[in-house]
Amino acid sequence: MTTATLSRWNRFRESFLWYSFKRDKVAIVSSIVLLLMVFAAVFAPLFAPTDPYDLAQIDIMNSELPPVGMSGADAAFPLGTDAQGRDMLSTILYGTRVSLLIGFGAVVLQAALGILFGLLAGYLGGRVDSILMRIADVQLSFSTLMVAIIVGAVFKASFGNLMFGEIAIYMLIFIIGVAEWPQIARTVRASVLAEKKKEYVDAAKVMGFRTNRIMFRHILPNTLSPIFVIATVQIANAIISEAALSFLGLGMPETQPSLGSLIKSGFDYIQSGSWWITLIPGLVLVVLVLVINLLGDWLRDVMNPRLYKG
Amino acid sequence: MTSPLVDIRGLEKRFDLSGSFLEQITFKGGRFQRKQEAVHAINGVDLQVQKGEALCVVGESGCGKSTVARTVMGLLSPSAGEVHYGGQRIDNLKGGDVLPYRRKMQMIFQNPYASLNPRMTIQQTLEEPIHFHRPELARSEVREKVQEVMQSVGIDPEWGSRFGHEFSGGQRQRIAIARALAVDPEFIVADEPISALDVSIQAQVLNLLMEAQETRNLTYLFITHDLAVVEHFGTRVAVMYLGRVCELAETKTLFAEPRHPYTQALLSAIPRLEDDRPNYIRLQGEVPTPVNLPSGCVFHGRCPYANERCRQEIPRLIVTDGGSQVACHAVEEGRL
Repeated sequence: MTTATLSRWNRFRESFLWYSFKRDKVAIVSSIVLLLMVFAAVFAPLFAPTDPYDLAQIDIMNSELPPVGMSGADAAFPLGTDAQGRDMLSTILYGTRVSLLIGFGAVVLQAALGILFGLLAGYLGGRVDSILMRIADVQLSFSTLMVAIIVGAVFKASFGNLMFGEIAIYMLIFIIGVAEWPQIARTVRASVLAEKKKEYVDAAKVMGFRTNRIMFRHILPNTLSPIFVIATVQIANAIISEAALSFLGLGMPETQPSLGSLIKSGFDYIQSGSWWITLIPGLVLVVLVLVINLLGDWLRDVMNPRLYKG
Repeated sequence: MTSPLVDIRGLEKRFDLSGSFLEQITFKGGRFQRKQEAVHAINGVDLQVQKGEALCVVGESGCGKSTVARTVMGLLSPSAGEVHYGGQRIDNLKGGDVLPYRRKMQMIFQNPYASLNPRMTIQQTLEEPIHFHRPELARSEVREKVQEVMQSVGIDPEWGSRFGHEFSGGQRQRIAIARALAVDPEFIVADEPISALDVSIQAQVLNLLMEAQETRNLTYLFITHDLAVVEHFGTRVAVMYLGRVCELAETKTLFAEPRHPYTQALLSAIPRLEDDRPNYIRLQGEVPTPVNLPSGCVFHGRCPYANERCRQEIPRLIVTDGGSQVACHAVEEGRL
């Protein structure tokens, strides 16, 4: 067991992926920044000075305190406080966690749907292919935001605000995941079409393997590189979509703010001089999306320059 | 003669060119017409493969020899005709009923660079079919089996943890042969297994196949366009032209005394060292398109002996006094 994992690690160390990673400063910096942000977000309860979800820790008298370095700042709140008196640093850490969770969750859902439908459409072809790809076309002809706004509004109306707050995170994952699966399905289908003509697939058929086994054990592993590239970019897209929805008031409620709802909650106060409530979460969002996109670009260049759709 | 191991009867395969119903409709001369076109890849092939022999199928590119191989293996379903294995019809079997035949019939592919899954190690590639077909075997037994098979094709079992792309073409083809042998088949279809290899490696792989035939009692259906290989390897030879078998004979008989005009032309094209000025038969014209097959004998347009009957009547394979089977009216009538 140890020898197998060791050799896999060695194989990775010798791979072109690692080689080009070592030589690409942008990729190194982006991944360090991303790792730091993910780490800080995942372990937010350890780093955050206060728990923004705990109403008992919030004092309305602390509201709209500026970040450290400005007059009137409180050292207990390094990045200032928002309109409800929550510590911005804690809220941002928790908010990044929510945003990342939605981003990853939505992409996992997208990938599951996209891989399944892409494999079926590409491998089985014929009528299955036509039907699935037409569904994908129809899906793509609706803008993600439009679908999300309608579904979100219906959910909100039927469940009420309190209940909505509890299921908002799952709903966002569901909406963004379902709305964007055709991107991955098309990529998978394109590479399945190229792979299924190769002789190793014929060899597997001659062995008598079942269709499922051929699709998932033989073809899928060979289509993974473009999926990785697309998925990375899609995480950034999902985070942006979530932020946009939250900004429109259809995303995460203010009691469990994501980066998008933080930006939105600060937007009302930006004219009254409390710029930090909007600007700091905005910066975090921009940096987060930027590093993910930079990593995606690097992956695309390394893994499969031809199969990426723009 | 005993009953053949593999019996191919009246096999036909057409590939549709015209697409869906809407694409078939054209507007011509003021009216709509429905037009259907198909490539006639095989047009009535009858072949019997006897147990223990190596039946070679030769012919130029596009004559349907690979299609025969793929149809026999069930990778393509025939448009008409039947494939029998050991007396049982297998081309219409469904689902799990095919599995026992999958174990008995294996295939070796042309391109060793594409026939190994690039994401699987050699060990995985070889273990998977054994696990699948003999689930009763324990892990250690499977591993032993893989080692035995790897040794028998001349691949060091130590290399099992490597991937296909780490090997040369000849080594990959050995691994592909090992994969076919791993399930202990009786019958192997080899679709131009050496044509993608270096000439120096071709002989090695060919010898490996012959050795495997001897030690494992294999029967081959060997698809090739290389006549030298046929002479070396084949027990019997079937010559194909435009989807039909035009001559079927023992290798020695065929090379000594080709009867069909096409076979004669084909054999005369083999370059020989002693020939200073090769005296090969020049055929007129080109191979007709398999979309619109010529009527009668498919070879009549290029055959110097063709007459009116050849243009109208499809010749059947008849046994000649030399023991070979020839599909030619001229041979039947004694004109040739």
